[in-house]
Amino acid sequence: MKIEVTLNGATVVDEVEPTLLAVDWIRENRRLTGTHVGCDTSQCGACTILLDGASVKSCTLLALSLDGRSVTTIEGLTVGRNDLHPMQAAFHEHHGLQCGFCTPGMIMRAVDIASQGGPLDETTVRHALEGNICRCTGYQNIVASVIAGAKTMNAATVGE
Amino acid sequence: MGEVIGIGAAPKRKEDQRFITGRGNYVADIKRADMSYGVFVRSPHAHATIDAIDKAPALAVPGVVGVFTGAEFAADGCGTLPCGWAITFKDGSPMKEPPFPALATGKVRFVGDAVAFVVGETLEAATAGAEALVVDYGLLPVVATLLQAAAPEAPLLYDDVPGNLCADWALGDEAATEAAFARAAHVSHVSLVNNRLVGNPMEPRAAVGEYNPGTGQYTLWSTSQFPHVVRLLMGMVLGIPQHKLRVVAPDVGGGFGVKQFHYGEEAVTTWAAGKLRRPVKWVSTRSEGFLADRHGRDHVTEAELALDENGKFLAMRVHTYANMGGYLSTFGPNIPTNLYGPLLSGVYVIPSIYCSVKCMFTNTAPVDAYRGAGRPEATFVVERLVDMAAHDLGLDRLEIRRRNMIPKSAYPYQTPVLVEYDSGDPLGCLEQATIKGDVAGFAARKAESARAGKFRGFGVSTYVEACGLAPSRFAGRLGARGGLYESATVRVHPTGQVTVLIGTHNHGQGHETTFAQIVSERLGVPFENVDIVFGDTDRVQFGMGTYGSRSLVVGGSALNKAADKVILKGKKIAAHLLEAAEQDITFEAGVFAVAGTDRKKTIEDIALAAYVPHDYPLEILEPGLEEQAYYDPVNFTYPGGAHLVEVEVDPETGVVEIVKYTACDDVGTVINPMIVEGQLHGGIVQGIGQALYENCVYDETSGQLLSGSFMDYCMPRADGVPKMDVSTYSTPCAHTPMGVKGCGEVGTIGSPAAVISAVVDALAHLGITHVDMPASPNRIWRIIQNASIPRAAE
Ligand code: FES
Ligand code: FES
Repeated sequence: MKIEVTLNGATVVDEVEPTLLAVDWIRENRRLTGTHVGCDTSQCGACTILLDGASVKSCTLLALSLDGRSVTTIEGLTVGRNDLHPMQAAFHEHHGLQCGFCTPGMIMRAVDIASQGGPLDETTVRHALEGNICRCTGYQNIVASVIAGAKTMNAATVGE
Repeated sequence: MGEVIGIGAAPKRKEDQRFITGRGNYVADIKRADMSYGVFVRSPHAHATIDAIDKAPALAVPGVVGVFTGAEFAADGCGTLPCGWAITFKDGSPMKEPPFPALATGKVRFVGDAVAFVVGETLEAATAGAEALVVDYGLLPVVATLLQAAAPEAPLLYDDVPGNLCADWALGDEAATEAAFARAAHVSHVSLVNNRLVGNPMEPRAAVGEYNPGTGQYTLWSTSQFPHVVRLLMGMVLGIPQHKLRVVAPDVGGGFGVKQFHYGEEAVTTWAAGKLRRPVKWVSTRSEGFLADRHGRDHVTEAELALDENGKFLAMRVHTYANMGGYLSTFGPNIPTNLYGPLLSGVYVIPSIYCSVKCMFTNTAPVDAYRGAGRPEATFVVERLVDMAAHDLGLDRLEIRRRNMIPKSAYPYQTPVLVEYDSGDPLGCLEQATIKGDVAGFAARKAESARAGKFRGFGVSTYVEACGLAPSRFAGRLGARGGLYESATVRVHPTGQVTVLIGTHNHGQGHETTFAQIVSERLGVPFENVDIVFGDTDRVQFGMGTYGSRSLVVGGSALNKAADKVILKGKKIAAHLLEAAEQDITFEAGVFAVAGTDRKKTIEDIALAAYVPHDYPLEILEPGLEEQAYYDPVNFTYPGGAHLVEVEVDPETGVVEIVKYTACDDVGTVINPMIVEGQLHGGIVQGIGQALYENCVYDETSGQLLSGSFMDYCMPRADGVPKMDVSTYSTPCAHTPMGVKGCGEVGTIGSPAAVISAVVDALAHLGITHVDMPASPNRIWRIIQNASIPRAAE
């Protein structure tokens, strides 16, 4: 079946099997391997993408359901800019990653958390990250990264 | 122009760039031309004979290109998976070492034991083929737990292993220990379980095998912590000579020990690629990982501490049952013995110690090293005993520790259990933690919690670990079948930039940054001009990989040594160019100079001369500026520290919340404080996971894995773990060139005992003296309900 998706800003038309998962379409068909698979029960969040701006676990969606919608993967955060997205920069600045495997999912989730606006405190962020598992960092620096990244993102929006 | 960034600085990590932009290259991302996909058929039974395998229905599935069984693997001349450590019984006789087939033959011995490998054009075809395969099993009685395995008349996993006993190992002076117990004023006792864990790095294991008939070369891409060792072991299994085998471990998404073994899946995938003459890819699902990754811990222990009338320790006696699972994994028998017994002295003066460990086979997944490996188990025993003794004698838990700690002045300190600590200051660590953690204010905070209806508890753990494994000679005496050195090559390019080839493996520890700092400082070259290469047996000379907090300790020391050699050769070249005697050449901050003059050459000048040797001492010196070093450690290093924890227990729900966490860890010289702090955070939370959440459970009757996914196995998540206050306290290692100790495992070693100490303290008014891990809400709620003493907050 045919789908038409705005993928990282570009229009993509593709033929997909009805059983194909969104995450497999992204990774295998589109070769955007920054979106990771860490589980088979939708518990880990490694596969998190933005769908029309909201974070979702792409292992819980069928590729078909992407039709007519806009998808952003980790690779798409730098599209149209010369530098890193503020949330990517914040993870780098605050040592919010170790092995890097959970990182794309964390950053996509973080972008969504930040785009909700409003001041972010540690408790809120920890709660909002509950669906993303990181085995390496102990979360402390991820939380710091999200708070810092949100500040930059929201400051940028206010300035616009 | 970049700058020199040296030891002690905290530059942001070089490796971040690719991970934060989604450009990492993990094994699951690899695609090769004409690639096929493999799926393992795994046993649904814990213990059974394999009576027949009918391949026809699987082969009939469209797209299936091959079905492979253990019998075919063996018939092809392939061997079984080797065990890397040979331990002995007390009497010196060898451990029982049954074969560990990559694909089970004859019998299966745990749920998830691989029985066959089905390969298809697509993953869907392979999956359908695997489902279609017919295996006839003959069910056998199951031994699912340690105590079942040890029971008289227990069913046997191996006909020639009586009592399911792999080895009955012992360490220490039994007679002296008995004598000390006989004259003790008091004996404290604890019986405890060290819960079984699943490592769960976020990246599931994966393997891609490839064979090139044109060159006879095999390549395996694997999620491995030690590609060269996999090459060595898999070469033995498959009979492939080393020069025809390349093993690549590209970006690896966390290891924690679980990826440091040679797994059957690696051998089978590579072998099948050779048979099919096309690349084969296998990627574990998470549920499959729960079944078939190596597990960690799983001890049952009885331990006693003998004390004199002043609360001074006289002796310790420890009897442990340790689970090996159904087969001996690469380091399986080494973990509960050599990495456990020698740590039982902890940070204390204990004149005599005796420890015996019964390593048992059970119908469960093989158990091997997992972050900390043996040392968290030892620390848990020692620290629970010390707490128990404090309770029994009515002493403060900090006071009993202070009274028995090895004083700083006593280092180097020889323990009664083999190891000699070169440096340390446990009391200094404890005092720093006590101040930072405001122990003095605890009583007030406890009263505050009580007003909110919560039980607040304070916990402490002081520990030492042995890491940076280990002098090869010493390891050999303990039964190691390999060496434990490390290698590094420093390649200075003609233009002065540097590529380092190192035998360790980076899967989150920040080596690309830390090692570059070492080179930047030693050679005086800009940090950005140094690249670190690892993880590919075709690029890197040799290496033992990353585990046991050895990378900086052993690998960093090899790197440091190679840098020394570069400087030495540079001096020879400089002496020629500057027409001076070699001993008059100094080297500092990237500049070779004639002492006491202004005549000098930069390292770039020297590198260029080495590769363009027009004016060069060719009679005495080879061109080029590339040096290699191997470093074999002279001792383990002994990081240690003190962890202080405060918890609040909600008596209504049994939920334990960690409300204050203070850690002070002595990791020797710190190369990059930001990275060390990150390692400490991650390690501590992994220990908290064991203490509060994680538990790998098999059904006692059927041997089925009950905690087989993230839905049933509770991983620590961001909202369940505390903000931690970590700090370092440095007594430099006496024998590593830079004074470094390891830091990757300390958090996981220090935290479980500290958390449980706090939980027990919170429940002390109910008469509780010990709680087994994990201190889950269910377990704690039951304890509170069943307590004989009324359950009001104090
Ligand atoms: S892979 Fe999607 S939640 Fe784990
Ligand atoms: S950085 Fe490794 S899992 Fe999060």
